[in-house]
Amino acid sequence: MICQECNQRPAALHFTKIINGEKTEVHLCEKCAQEKGEMFIFNGESGFAFNNLLAGLLNIDPAFQKPSQSPFQQEEILQCEHCSMTFPQFLKVGRFGCAHCYETFKDQLIPVLRRLHSGNWTHNGKIPKRIGGSIYLRKQIEELKGELKESITHEEFEQAAEIRDRIRTLEKQLAGSEEGGE
Amino acid sequence: MSLERFFNQAVSSWMSEEGPDSDIVLSSRIRLARNFEAYKFPTVFSHEEARMIIAKMEDILRETPFQKFGQMDLLKINDMQPLQKRVLVEKHLISPQLAEDSPYGAVLLTENEEVSIMINEEDHIRVQCLFPGLQLSEALEAANEIDDWLESYIHYSFDEKHGYLTSCPTNVGTGLRASVMMHLPGLILTQQISRIIPAIHQLGLVVRGIYGEGSEALGNIFQISNQITLGKSEEDISRDLEGVVSQLISQERSAREALRKTSNIQLEDRVFRSLGVLSNSRIIESKEAARCLSDVRLGIDMGYIDNMSKTILNELMILTQPGFLQQYAGGPLRPHERDIRRAALIRDRIKMEQK
Repeated sequence: MICQECNQRPAALHFTKIINGEKTEVHLCEKCAQEKGEMFIFNGESGFAFNNLLAGLLNIDPAFQKPSQSPFQQEEILQCEHCSMTFPQFLKVGRFGCAHCYETFKDQLIPVLRRLHSGNWTHNGKIPKRIGGSIYLRKQIEELKGELKESITHEEFEQAAEIRDRIRTLEKQLAGSEEGGE
Repeated sequence: MSLERFFNQAVSSWMSEEGPDSDIVLSSRIRLARNFEAYKFPTVFSHEEARMIIAKMEDILRETPFQKFGQMDLLKINDMQPLQKRVLVEKHLISPQLAEDSPYGAVLLTENEEVSIMINEEDHIRVQCLFPGLQLSEALEAANEIDDWLESYIHYSFDEKHGYLTSCPTNVGTGLRASVMMHLPGLILTQQISRIIPAIHQLGLVVRGIYGEGSEALGNIFQISNQITLGKSEEDISRDLEGVVSQLISQERSAREALRKTSNIQLEDRVFRSLGVLSNSRIIESKEAARCLSDVRLGIDMGYIDNMSKTILNELMILTQPGFLQQYAGGPLRPHERDIRRAALIRDRIKMEQK
Protein backbone atom coordinates (compact mmCIF):
# COMPACT_ATOMS: atom_id res chain seq x y z
CA MET A 1 0.00 0.00 0.00
CA ILE A 2 1.24 3.47 -0.96
CA CYS A 3 1.20 6.42 1.43
CA GLN A 4 -1.91 8.49 0.80
CA GLU A 5 -0.14 11.72 1.63
CA CYS A 6 2.87 11.71 -0.72
CA ASN A 7 1.69 8.91 -3.02
CA GLN A 8 5.32 7.81 -3.35
CA ARG A 9 6.66 5.83 -0.42
CA PRO A 10 5.05 2.67 0.93
CA ALA A 11 2.70 3.25 3.85
CA ALA A 12 4.14 2.14 7.19
CA LEU A 13 1.54 3.46 9.56
CA HIS A 14 -2.09 2.42 9.36
CA PHE A 15 -4.83 3.57 11.63
CA THR A 16 -8.57 3.89 11.76
CA LYS A 17 -10.46 6.78 13.24
CA ILE A 18 -14.07 6.22 14.19
CA ILE A 19 -15.91 9.40 14.97
CA ASN A 20 -19.67 9.36 15.52
CA GLY A 21 -19.76 6.05 13.72
CA GLU A 22 -17.97 7.44 10.68
CA LYS A 23 -14.91 5.39 9.87
CA THR A 24 -11.83 6.90 8.25
CA GLU A 25 -8.78 4.87 7.39
CA VAL A 26 -5.43 6.58 7.24
CA HIS A 27 -2.32 5.10 5.64
CA LEU A 28 0.91 7.03 5.84
CA CYS A 29 4.62 6.46 5.26
CA GLU A 30 6.98 7.15 8.12
CA LYS A 31 8.04 10.53 6.85
CA CYS A 32 4.55 11.88 6.29
CA ALA A 33 3.37 10.41 9.56
CA GLN A 34 6.09 12.29 11.37
CA GLU A 35 5.23 15.51 9.61
CA LYS A 36 1.58 15.12 10.47
CA GLY A 37 2.36 13.73 13.88
CA GLU A 38 1.33 16.60 16.09
CA MET A 39 -1.78 17.11 14.06
CA PHE A 40 -3.61 13.95 14.75
CA ILE A 41 -1.68 10.98 15.96
CA PHE A 42 0.60 11.48 18.88
CA ASN A 43 -1.25 14.32 20.44
CA GLY A 44 -4.48 12.40 20.31
CA GLU A 45 -6.65 14.87 22.17
CA SER A 46 -6.76 17.37 19.38
CA GLY A 47 -8.22 14.84 17.03
CA PHE A 48 -10.94 13.25 19.07
CA ALA A 49 -14.17 14.40 20.55
CA PHE A 50 -13.75 15.00 24.21
CA ASN A 51 -17.20 13.63 24.86
CA ASN A 52 -16.27 10.34 23.25
CA LEU A 53 -13.23 10.05 25.46
CA LEU A 54 -15.19 10.82 28.58
CA ALA A 55 -16.49 7.33 29.17
CA GLY A 56 -12.92 6.06 28.97
CA LEU A 57 -11.76 8.73 31.34
CA LEU A 58 -14.35 7.79 33.92
CA ASN A 59 -13.54 4.11 33.68
CA ILE A 60 -9.88 4.55 34.42
CA ASP A 61 -10.41 7.00 37.23
CA PRO A 62 -9.28 5.27 40.43
CA ALA A 63 -12.01 7.14 42.30
CA PHE A 64 -14.51 4.87 40.61
CA GLN A 65 -12.58 1.69 40.90
CA LYS A 66 -12.33 1.89 44.68
CA PRO A 67 -16.00 1.80 45.65
CA SER A 68 -16.63 -1.25 43.50
CA GLN A 69 -13.82 -3.08 45.29
CA SER A 70 -15.51 -2.62 48.62
CA PRO A 71 -17.52 -5.73 49.48
CA PHE A 72 -20.38 -3.64 50.89
CA GLN A 73 -21.03 -1.54 47.83
CA GLN A 74 -20.38 -4.15 45.23
CA GLU A 75 -23.94 -5.40 45.16
CA GLU A 76 -25.57 -2.03 45.11
CA ILE A 77 -25.83 -0.38 41.71
CA LEU A 78 -26.55 3.32 41.93
CA GLN A 79 -29.62 4.19 39.88
CA CYS A 80 -31.41 7.47 39.18
CA GLU A 81 -35.01 7.36 40.36
CA HIS A 82 -36.26 9.69 37.67
CA CYS A 83 -34.79 8.27 34.49
CA SER A 84 -33.57 4.87 35.77
CA MET A 85 -30.09 5.46 34.45
CA THR A 86 -27.50 3.42 36.34
CA PHE A 87 -23.95 4.49 36.99
CA PRO A 88 -22.47 1.76 34.77
CA GLN A 89 -24.77 2.95 31.95
CA PHE A 90 -23.54 6.50 32.43
CA LEU A 91 -19.95 5.26 32.28
CA LYS A 92 -20.73 3.58 29.00
CA VAL A 93 -22.41 6.48 27.18
CA GLY A 94 -20.80 9.42 28.99
CA ARG A 95 -24.12 11.24 29.17
CA PHE A 96 -26.71 11.60 31.89
CA GLY A 97 -30.39 10.70 31.48
CA CYS A 98 -31.86 13.67 33.31
CA ALA A 99 -31.06 16.62 35.54
CA HIS A 100 -31.63 14.49 38.68
CA CYS A 101 -28.65 12.30 37.76
CA TYR A 102 -26.42 15.17 38.92
CA GLU A 103 -27.86 14.72 42.40
CA THR A 104 -28.00 10.91 42.32
CA PHE A 105 -24.38 10.50 41.25
CA LYS A 106 -23.02 13.55 43.07
CA ASP A 107 -20.37 11.68 45.04
CA GLN A 108 -18.85 10.23 41.91
CA LEU A 109 -19.34 13.38 39.92
CA ILE A 110 -17.24 15.95 41.72
CA PRO A 111 -13.85 14.38 40.96
CA VAL A 112 -14.93 14.04 37.33
CA LEU A 113 -15.99 17.67 37.11
CA ARG A 114 -12.72 18.78 38.66
CA ARG A 115 -10.81 16.78 36.13
CA LEU A 116 -12.84 18.00 33.18
CA HIS A 117 -12.88 21.63 34.18
CA SER A 118 -9.37 22.31 35.51
CA GLY A 119 -10.20 21.76 39.14
CA ASN A 120 -13.47 23.68 39.08
CA TRP A 121 -16.71 22.13 40.21
CA THR A 122 -18.96 25.05 41.05
CA HIS A 123 -20.76 27.36 38.64
CA ASN A 124 -19.63 30.93 38.46
CA GLY A 125 -21.58 32.33 35.52
CA LYS A 126 -25.03 33.33 34.40
CA ILE A 127 -28.06 32.58 36.58
CA PRO A 128 -31.58 32.39 35.10
CA LYS A 129 -33.47 35.51 36.16
CA ARG A 130 -36.39 33.67 37.69
CA ILE A 131 -34.13 31.55 39.88
CA GLY A 132 -31.73 34.41 40.52
CA GLY A 133 -34.09 36.10 42.99
CA SER A 134 -34.48 33.10 45.25
CA ILE A 135 -30.77 32.30 45.22
CA TYR A 136 -30.09 35.83 46.39
CA LEU A 137 -32.70 35.53 49.16
CA ARG A 138 -31.32 32.21 50.29
CA LYS A 139 -27.82 33.63 50.50
CA GLN A 140 -29.09 36.54 52.59
CA ILE A 141 -30.91 34.17 54.93
CA GLU A 142 -27.75 32.10 55.38
CA GLU A 143 -25.79 35.20 56.28
CA LEU A 144 -28.41 36.41 58.74
CA LYS A 145 -28.53 33.02 60.43
CA GLY A 146 -24.79 33.31 61.03
CA GLU A 147 -25.28 36.76 62.54
CA LEU A 148 -28.13 35.44 64.70
CA LYS A 149 -25.94 32.74 66.19
CA GLU A 150 -23.25 35.26 66.92
CA SER A 151 -25.57 37.68 68.69
CA ILE A 152 -26.93 34.84 70.80
CA THR A 153 -23.46 33.76 71.87
CA HIS A 154 -22.73 37.36 72.76
CA GLU A 155 -26.06 37.51 74.63
CA GLU A 156 -27.27 40.44 72.57
CA PHE A 157 -30.88 39.28 72.66
CA GLU A 158 -32.54 42.45 71.42
CA GLN A 159 -30.44 42.39 68.30
CA ALA A 160 -31.05 38.66 67.92
CA ALA A 161 -34.80 39.17 67.99
CA GLU A 162 -34.48 41.80 65.29
CA ILE A 163 -32.43 39.50 63.09
CA ARG A 164 -34.90 36.65 63.67
CA ASP A 165 -37.72 38.88 62.41
CA ARG A 166 -35.75 39.81 59.32
CA ILE A 167 -35.09 36.13 58.61
CA ARG A 168 -38.81 35.41 58.91
CA THR A 169 -39.70 38.15 56.44
CA LEU A 170 -37.11 36.90 53.96
CA GLU A 171 -38.29 33.31 54.34
CA LYS A 172 -41.82 34.41 53.53
CA GLN A 173 -40.55 36.24 50.47
CA LEU A 174 -38.58 33.18 49.44
CA ALA A 175 -41.59 30.90 49.73
CA GLY A 176 -43.61 33.39 47.67
CA SER A 177 -40.99 33.75 44.94
CA GLU A 178 -40.52 30.01 44.62
CA GLU A 179 -44.25 29.46 44.20
CA GLY A 180 -44.42 32.27 41.69
CA GLY A 181 -41.41 30.90 39.86
CA GLU A 182 -43.10 27.67 38.89
CA MET B 1 -30.32 27.14 -11.18
CA SER B 2 -27.97 29.94 -12.18
CA LEU B 3 -24.66 30.13 -10.42
CA GLU B 4 -25.30 33.56 -9.00
CA ARG B 5 -28.65 32.53 -7.62
CA PHE B 6 -27.13 29.39 -6.14
CA PHE B 7 -24.52 31.49 -4.37
CA ASN B 8 -27.04 33.97 -3.12
CA GLN B 9 -29.10 31.22 -1.60
CA ALA B 10 -26.22 29.17 -0.34
CA VAL B 11 -24.08 31.77 1.35
CA SER B 12 -24.75 32.68 5.01
CA SER B 13 -23.76 36.08 6.29
CA TRP B 14 -20.64 34.79 8.04
CA MET B 15 -19.29 33.57 4.70
CA SER B 16 -19.99 36.66 2.61
CA GLU B 17 -19.41 39.50 5.04
CA GLU B 18 -16.13 40.68 6.40
CA GLY B 19 -15.75 41.16 10.14
CA PRO B 20 -12.91 42.48 12.31
CA ASP B 21 -9.53 40.80 11.61
CA SER B 22 -11.17 38.85 8.82
CA ASP B 23 -7.85 38.43 7.02
CA ILE B 24 -7.17 35.70 9.60
CA VAL B 25 -10.34 35.05 11.56
CA LEU B 26 -13.11 33.63 9.37
CA SER B 27 -15.84 33.35 11.97
CA SER B 28 -16.70 33.47 15.67
CA ARG B 29 -19.24 31.18 17.20
CA ILE B 30 -20.97 31.01 20.58
CA ARG B 31 -23.06 28.03 21.62
CA LEU B 32 -25.19 27.73 24.77
CA ALA B 33 -26.56 24.36 25.93
CA ARG B 34 -29.85 24.43 27.85
CA ASN B 35 -32.41 21.88 29.04
CA PHE B 36 -36.03 21.93 30.18
CA GLU B 37 -36.37 21.08 33.85
CA ALA B 38 -39.51 19.06 33.23
CA TYR B 39 -38.16 16.52 30.75
CA LYS B 40 -35.49 13.83 30.63
CA PHE B 41 -32.41 14.55 28.51
CA PRO B 42 -32.52 13.47 24.85
CA THR B 43 -30.27 10.48 25.72
CA VAL B 44 -33.29 8.70 27.21
CA PHE B 45 -36.37 10.89 26.70
CA SER B 46 -39.62 9.54 25.26
CA HIS B 47 -41.10 10.43 21.90
CA GLU B 48 -43.87 12.20 23.80
CA GLU B 49 -41.39 14.38 25.70
CA ALA B 50 -39.56 15.26 22.48
CA ARG B 51 -42.86 16.21 20.86
CA MET B 52 -43.81 18.43 23.81
CA ILE B 53 -40.48 20.24 23.65
CA ILE B 54 -40.90 21.00 19.95
CA ALA B 55 -44.54 22.05 20.56
CA LYS B 56 -43.40 24.42 23.32
CA MET B 57 -40.80 25.98 21.02
CA GLU B 58 -43.43 26.38 18.30
CA ASP B 59 -45.75 28.11 20.80
CA ILE B 60 -43.03 30.52 21.89
CA LEU B 61 -42.16 31.28 18.29
CA ARG B 62 -45.78 31.87 17.32
CA GLU B 63 -46.93 33.85 20.35
CA THR B 64 -43.90 35.91 21.31
CA PRO B 65 -41.42 35.83 18.45
CA PHE B 66 -38.00 37.41 18.88
CA GLN B 67 -37.40 39.56 15.83
CA LYS B 68 -34.10 41.23 16.58
CA PHE B 69 -32.08 38.83 14.43
CA GLY B 70 -34.77 38.45 11.78
CA GLN B 71 -37.62 36.07 11.16
CA MET B 72 -37.03 32.59 12.60
CA ASP B 73 -38.30 29.40 11.00
CA LEU B 74 -38.60 25.99 12.59
CA LEU B 75 -37.54 22.99 10.49
CA LYS B 76 -38.07 19.44 11.69
CA ILE B 77 -35.32 16.98 10.91
CA ASN B 78 -37.78 14.30 9.84
CA ASP B 79 -39.36 16.61 7.28
CA MET B 80 -36.04 17.28 5.57
CA GLN B 81 -34.51 15.51 2.61
CA PRO B 82 -31.10 13.88 3.28
CA LEU B 83 -29.44 16.39 0.97
CA GLN B 84 -31.04 19.36 2.75
CA LYS B 85 -29.74 18.09 6.08
CA ARG B 86 -26.29 17.59 4.67
CA VAL B 87 -26.19 21.13 3.34
CA LEU B 88 -27.11 22.52 6.78
CA VAL B 89 -24.33 20.43 8.34
CA GLU B 90 -21.82 21.67 5.77
CA LYS B 91 -22.80 25.23 6.60
CA HIS B 92 -22.20 24.50 10.32
CA LEU B 93 -25.81 25.40 11.10
CA ILE B 94 -26.67 22.00 12.53
CA SER B 95 -24.42 19.26 13.86
CA PRO B 96 -23.97 15.88 12.17
CA GLN B 97 -25.51 14.40 15.32
CA LEU B 98 -28.72 16.39 14.87
CA ALA B 99 -28.92 15.41 11.21
CA GLU B 100 -28.20 11.70 11.65
CA ASP B 101 -29.02 10.59 15.18
CA SER B 102 -31.82 12.88 16.35
CA PRO B 103 -35.11 11.60 14.91
CA TYR B 104 -37.05 14.05 17.08
CA GLY B 105 -34.73 16.94 16.31
CA ALA B 106 -35.55 20.33 14.86
CA VAL B 107 -33.78 23.58 14.20
CA LEU B 108 -34.80 27.24 14.41
CA LEU B 109 -33.01 29.33 11.80
CA THR B 110 -32.92 33.06 11.13
CA GLU B 111 -32.95 34.32 7.54
CA ASN B 112 -29.33 35.43 7.49
CA GLU B 113 -28.32 32.22 9.27
CA GLU B 114 -26.41 33.99 12.02
CA VAL B 115 -28.61 32.37 14.63
CA SER B 116 -29.56 28.72 14.76
CA ILE B 117 -31.22 26.95 17.67
CA MET B 118 -30.92 23.17 17.63
CA ILE B 119 -33.71 21.34 19.44
CA ASN B 120 -33.48 17.81 20.87
CA GLU B 121 -29.88 17.17 19.91
CA GLU B 122 -27.65 16.10 22.82
CA ASP B 123 -29.40 18.74 24.93
CA HIS B 124 -32.97 20.04 24.54
CA ILE B 125 -31.80 23.41 23.31
CA ARG B 126 -28.57 24.61 21.80
CA VAL B 127 -28.45 28.27 20.87
CA GLN B 128 -25.77 29.09 18.33
CA CYS B 129 -24.64 32.48 17.03
CA LEU B 130 -22.19 32.52 14.14
CA PHE B 131 -20.66 35.89 13.18
CA PRO B 132 -18.04 36.81 10.57
CA GLY B 133 -14.53 37.78 11.73
CA LEU B 134 -13.46 38.10 15.35
CA GLN B 135 -16.68 39.06 17.15
CA LEU B 136 -16.81 36.77 20.16
CA SER B 137 -18.22 39.31 22.58
CA GLU B 138 -20.85 40.39 20.02
CA ALA B 139 -21.83 36.77 19.45
CA LEU B 140 -21.98 36.16 23.20
CA GLU B 141 -24.22 39.16 23.66
CA ALA B 142 -26.55 37.94 20.92
CA ALA B 143 -26.65 34.42 22.37
CA ASN B 144 -27.45 35.86 25.80
CA GLU B 145 -30.32 37.89 24.42
CA ILE B 146 -31.82 34.82 22.78
CA ASP B 147 -31.25 32.86 25.97
CA ASP B 148 -33.06 35.54 28.01
CA TRP B 149 -35.96 35.42 25.55
CA LEU B 150 -36.29 31.63 25.81
CA GLU B 151 -35.71 31.66 29.55
CA SER B 152 -38.75 33.83 30.15
CA TYR B 153 -40.94 31.02 28.77
CA ILE B 154 -38.99 27.90 29.69
CA HIS B 155 -38.09 26.63 33.12
CA TYR B 156 -34.47 25.65 32.60
CA SER B 157 -32.72 22.89 34.43
CA PHE B 158 -30.40 24.84 36.71
CA ASP B 159 -28.55 24.02 39.90
CA GLU B 160 -26.93 26.53 42.25
CA LYS B 161 -23.74 24.52 42.51
CA HIS B 162 -23.34 23.15 39.00
CA GLY B 163 -25.10 25.81 36.94
CA TYR B 164 -26.98 24.86 33.79
CA LEU B 165 -27.29 21.08 33.81
CA THR B 166 -26.40 19.39 30.54
CA SER B 167 -26.60 15.87 29.26
CA CYS B 168 -22.81 15.57 29.13
CA PRO B 169 -20.77 16.77 32.13
CA THR B 170 -18.24 18.33 29.72
CA ASN B 171 -20.77 21.13 29.07
CA VAL B 172 -22.21 21.69 32.55
CA GLY B 173 -22.05 25.11 34.23
CA THR B 174 -22.26 27.80 31.62
CA GLY B 175 -23.12 25.36 28.80
CA LEU B 176 -20.94 27.67 26.74
CA ARG B 177 -18.72 26.71 23.86
CA ALA B 178 -16.96 29.64 22.24
CA SER B 179 -15.02 28.95 19.08
CA VAL B 180 -13.12 30.83 16.45
CA MET B 181 -12.23 29.64 12.97
CA MET B 182 -8.81 30.86 11.83
CA HIS B 183 -6.86 30.67 8.58
CA LEU B 184 -3.21 30.14 9.58
CA PRO B 185 -1.13 29.40 6.46
CA GLY B 186 1.80 31.51 7.69
CA LEU B 187 2.21 29.47 10.87
CA ILE B 188 2.05 26.26 8.81
CA LEU B 189 4.54 27.40 6.17
CA THR B 190 7.00 28.58 8.82
CA GLN B 191 6.38 25.32 10.73
CA GLN B 192 5.55 27.11 13.93
CA ILE B 193 2.16 25.47 14.32
CA SER B 194 3.54 22.27 15.82
CA ARG B 195 5.05 24.32 18.62
CA ILE B 196 1.94 26.46 19.11
CA ILE B 197 -0.78 23.79 19.26
CA PRO B 198 0.53 22.04 22.41
CA ALA B 199 0.85 25.45 24.09
CA ILE B 200 -2.79 26.22 23.31
CA HIS B 201 -3.82 22.86 24.73
CA GLN B 202 -2.08 23.72 27.96
CA LEU B 203 -4.27 26.78 28.30
CA GLY B 204 -7.37 24.59 28.41
CA LEU B 205 -8.35 25.30 24.82
CA VAL B 206 -8.94 22.80 22.02
CA VAL B 207 -7.60 23.11 18.47
CA ARG B 208 -9.21 21.22 15.62
CA GLY B 209 -9.41 21.20 11.84
CA ILE B 210 -12.23 23.04 10.08
CA TYR B 211 -14.71 20.22 9.95
CA GLY B 212 -14.97 19.91 13.69
CA GLU B 213 -14.12 16.92 15.75
CA GLY B 214 -11.67 14.36 14.54
CA SER B 215 -10.54 16.03 11.36
CA GLU B 216 -7.20 17.33 10.21
CA ALA B 217 -6.77 20.95 9.28
CA LEU B 218 -8.02 21.08 5.72
CA GLY B 219 -6.98 24.27 3.93
CA ASN B 220 -4.93 25.51 6.91
CA ILE B 221 -8.13 26.35 8.75
CA PHE B 222 -8.23 25.71 12.48
CA GLN B 223 -11.00 25.93 15.00
CA ILE B 224 -10.03 26.97 18.51
CA SER B 225 -12.50 26.59 21.35
CA ASN B 226 -12.76 26.47 25.14
CA GLN B 227 -12.91 23.17 26.93
CA ILE B 228 -13.77 24.38 30.42
CA THR B 229 -17.42 25.34 30.92
CA LEU B 230 -17.63 25.25 34.71
CA GLY B 231 -16.18 27.64 37.27
CA LYS B 232 -15.55 30.57 34.95
CA SER B 233 -18.07 33.21 33.90
CA GLU B 234 -19.26 33.38 30.29
CA GLU B 235 -17.42 36.66 29.80
CA ASP B 236 -14.16 35.23 31.17
CA ILE B 237 -14.36 32.17 28.93
CA SER B 238 -14.92 34.35 25.88
CA ARG B 239 -12.25 36.86 26.91
CA ASP B 240 -9.65 34.15 27.59
CA LEU B 241 -10.25 32.65 24.16
CA GLU B 242 -10.11 36.08 22.55
CA GLY B 243 -6.78 36.73 24.25
CA VAL B 244 -5.22 33.61 22.75
CA VAL B 245 -6.76 34.34 19.35
CA SER B 246 -5.29 37.87 19.35
CA GLN B 247 -1.85 36.39 20.06
CA LEU B 248 -2.27 33.93 17.22
CA ILE B 249 -3.32 36.76 14.90
CA SER B 250 -0.17 38.72 15.60
CA GLN B 251 2.01 35.60 15.25
CA GLU B 252 0.35 34.76 11.95
CA ARG B 253 0.84 38.33 10.71
CA SER B 254 4.53 38.31 11.60
CA ALA B 255 4.95 34.88 9.99
CA ARG B 256 3.44 36.29 6.80
CA GLU B 257 5.78 39.28 6.89
CA ALA B 258 8.75 37.00 7.49
CA LEU B 259 7.71 34.91 4.48
CA ARG B 260 7.45 38.00 2.34
CA LYS B 261 10.99 39.00 3.34
CA THR B 262 12.66 35.62 3.03
CA SER B 263 10.80 33.94 0.18
CA ASN B 264 8.82 36.57 -1.65
CA ILE B 265 9.12 35.10 -5.15
CA GLN B 266 8.56 31.51 -3.97
CA LEU B 267 5.41 32.58 -2.17
CA GLU B 268 4.16 34.55 -5.16
CA ASP B 269 4.86 31.52 -7.35
CA ARG B 270 2.95 29.25 -5.03
CA VAL B 271 -0.03 31.60 -4.90
CA PHE B 272 -0.29 31.94 -8.67
CA ARG B 273 0.26 28.25 -9.34
CA SER B 274 -2.66 27.51 -7.05
CA LEU B 275 -4.75 30.16 -8.79
CA GLY B 276 -3.81 28.48 -12.06
CA VAL B 277 -4.96 25.10 -10.78
CA LEU B 278 -8.26 26.48 -9.53
CA SER B 279 -8.92 28.47 -12.71
CA ASN B 280 -8.10 25.64 -15.07
CA SER B 281 -8.54 22.20 -13.58
CA ARG B 282 -11.30 19.93 -14.85
CA ILE B 283 -11.13 17.42 -11.98
CA ILE B 284 -10.21 18.44 -8.44
CA GLU B 285 -10.36 16.55 -5.13
CA SER B 286 -11.51 18.33 -2.00
CA LYS B 287 -8.07 18.17 -0.43
CA GLU B 288 -6.30 19.77 -3.37
CA ALA B 289 -9.06 22.35 -3.67
CA ALA B 290 -8.70 23.23 0.01
CA ARG B 291 -4.93 23.61 -0.32
CA CYS B 292 -5.16 25.82 -3.41
CA LEU B 293 -7.98 27.92 -1.95
CA SER B 294 -5.84 28.55 1.10
CA ASP B 295 -2.93 29.70 -1.10
CA VAL B 296 -5.16 31.99 -3.14
CA ARG B 297 -6.70 33.51 -0.03
CA LEU B 298 -3.20 34.12 1.36
CA GLY B 299 -2.31 35.74 -1.97
CA ILE B 300 -5.33 38.06 -1.71
CA ASP B 301 -4.58 38.99 1.92
CA MET B 302 -0.91 39.70 1.15
CA GLY B 303 -1.68 41.75 -1.93
CA TYR B 304 -0.27 39.41 -4.58
CA ILE B 305 -3.72 39.02 -6.10
CA ASP B 306 -6.05 41.96 -6.41
CA ASN B 307 -9.53 42.25 -7.94
CA MET B 308 -10.71 39.23 -6.05
CA SER B 309 -12.92 39.20 -3.00
CA LYS B 310 -11.51 37.83 0.25
CA THR B 311 -14.59 35.85 1.05
CA ILE B 312 -13.94 33.49 -1.86
CA LEU B 313 -12.14 31.07 0.47
CA ASN B 314 -14.94 31.02 3.05
CA GLU B 315 -17.54 30.50 0.36
CA LEU B 316 -15.77 27.89 -1.69
CA MET B 317 -14.56 25.87 1.29
CA ILE B 318 -18.22 25.42 2.22
CA LEU B 319 -19.75 25.21 -1.24
CA THR B 320 -17.37 22.60 -2.65
CA GLN B 321 -18.37 20.00 -0.05
CA PRO B 322 -20.28 16.96 -1.34
CA GLY B 323 -23.75 18.05 -0.13
CA PHE B 324 -23.58 21.42 -1.82
CA LEU B 325 -22.17 20.03 -5.05
CA GLN B 326 -25.05 17.60 -5.22
CA GLN B 327 -27.58 20.30 -4.46
CA TYR B 328 -26.10 22.42 -7.24
CA ALA B 329 -26.15 19.43 -9.59
CA GLY B 330 -29.73 18.72 -8.60
CA GLY B 331 -29.16 15.09 -7.68
CA PRO B 332 -26.76 12.51 -6.27
CA LEU B 333 -23.20 12.37 -7.62
CA ARG B 334 -20.54 9.67 -7.42
CA PRO B 335 -17.19 10.77 -5.91
CA HIS B 336 -15.57 11.03 -9.35
CA GLU B 337 -18.45 13.13 -10.67
CA ARG B 338 -18.17 15.35 -7.63
CA ASP B 339 -14.54 16.11 -8.41
CA ILE B 340 -15.57 17.20 -11.91
CA ARG B 341 -18.43 19.31 -10.55
CA ARG B 342 -16.18 20.84 -7.93
CA ALA B 343 -13.65 21.91 -10.57
CA ALA B 344 -16.44 23.43 -12.68
CA LEU B 345 -17.97 25.28 -9.74
CA ILE B 346 -14.63 26.77 -8.71
CA ARG B 347 -13.82 27.84 -12.28
CA ASP B 348 -17.21 29.51 -12.62
CA ARG B 349 -16.88 31.25 -9.26
CA ILE B 350 -13.48 32.65 -10.24
CA LYS B 351 -14.94 33.85 -13.56
CA MET B 352 -17.68 35.66 -11.60
CA GLU B 353 -14.90 37.60 -9.85
CA GLN B 354 -13.29 38.65 -13.10
CA LYS B 355 -16.49 40.03 -14.62
